[in-house]
Amino acid sequence: MNAIHLDAWDLGAAALLIVLDAGLSLRLRLGVHRQILGAAVRMVVQLTIVGLVLRQVFASASPAATLAVIVFMVGAAAREVATRPRQRLERWMNYRISAAVVACAGFATVLLALTTAVRPTPWYEPRYAIPLMGIVLGSVLNAASLALDGILDGVVRERARIEARLALGTPLREAIAPLVRSATRRGMIPVANQMSAAGIITLPGIMTGQLLAGMDPIEAVKYQILLMFLLAGASGLASCGAALLAVRALSDERQRLRTDRLRG
Amino acid sequence: MNAPSPPTVRLSVRDLRSRFGGPFTFDVAAGECVAIQGPSGAGKSVLLRMLADLDPHDGTALLDGRPAAAMPAPAWRGAVVYQAAEPAWWEDTARAHFAPADMDAVAAALDALGLAGALLDTPVDRLSTGERQRLALVRSLARGPRVLLLDEPTAALDPAGVARAEALLAAHLAQGLALLVVTHSDEQARRLAHRILRLEHGRLTGA
Repeated sequence: MNAIHLDAWDLGAAALLIVLDAGLSLRLRLGVHRQILGAAVRMVVQLTIVGLVLRQVFASASPAATLAVIVFMVGAAAREVATRPRQRLERWMNYRISAAVVACAGFATVLLALTTAVRPTPWYEPRYAIPLMGIVLGSVLNAASLALDGILDGVVRERARIEARLALGTPLREAIAPLVRSATRRGMIPVANQMSAAGIITLPGIMTGQLLAGMDPIEAVKYQILLMFLLAGASGLASCGAALLAVRALSDERQRLRTDRLRG
Repeated sequence: MNAPSPPTVRLSVRDLRSRFGGPFTFDVAAGECVAIQGPSGAGKSVLLRMLADLDPHDGTALLDGRPAAAMPAPAWRGAVVYQAAEPAWWEDTARAHFAPADMDAVAAALDALGLAGALLDTPVDRLSTGERQRLALVRSLARGPRVLLLDEPTAALDPAGVARAEALLAAHLAQGLALLVVTHSDEQARRLAHRILRLEHGRLTGA
């Protein structure tokens, strides 16, 4: 592959666009210039650190270092999922549910890809395992947080309706099923949109990266198709998992709706 | 009122309590109506929700001698039906809330309440508060409860509507229903109830 090397001047020229954004914000009094500049600096620092760490990990090819990076990524994604909903479950259940869902959905799909489609040697080769996990976690994060938020918010909004059904002797599973379906659906819509837009409306990030890095378009497309399937699978697992675990946390052995376990 | 003699205890409440109210201990016989009265916030709804096993609590409630814990929760709530002060609807029309097999009983109840059958197919959010309240009563009775827990069931009705609703409830009492009704109306308590329980600060203060 013959990627065109970028030097500091190339990045500096592109950074002028950030300055342009900040200028627009000042001129039009949008009040976002601090945010944009802060985010830009943060992005540069974060990515530089990631680059340095990955260079080390790729060079060492150590399974322990690879696992450490992946565990860190899973933890960060789980924290994002847990903190996005406005409603919090008591006893850190937001965090426990998020960690379980993100880890299961992430590992299941990435291990599937590493052992069937991609098959690097060794199978945990960090150059494959880490980017795969990264892109899968992006989708998992989206799906799980939408589904979790859908349940936690929905249960507050729909409480009277759900309890009216419970009060007539309807099992909780049945009374809450419409909410579970709508929350799970919410979690899966982004990846469905992403798949139908891929190639026509957007050139997906991975494919763009590989094209820029000089890969043959057909090879890049095949990778992108594989990834889309992984993302769809991971999103489905994450949405269902988050919705079902949230419902479990909000009910008890007498099939009550325990909104008292939420802190708004 | 043809109260069975000796009266069979339908609902026994033993030391029922949560941090919002209680302890409550009393019995309600089959065919008996007990009114629950007290100021707002006294814990009347808390009591009804505990009886329906919708909120966590200590102590026990027994239906015909059988403790709630010995029955699956949906079976308990199907027999001890709770109707909130503002009953909720989860489908677009009232009809969708009824099982097709119950439609004969539903038609009879609508007739007794003076409601037109067409209301069943009117979108629920276009019904008046009073219509929704009466349809909720039909919905609760259609479940065939042995104990019915009503929270202000006629608050939105005019005097004629109240009289029809009370007559319908009296007919079910005569068939052995046990009824607990939270009401602000002293007249309603006197007309409908055999006994009045007064509730203040989460405690029963006597009949």
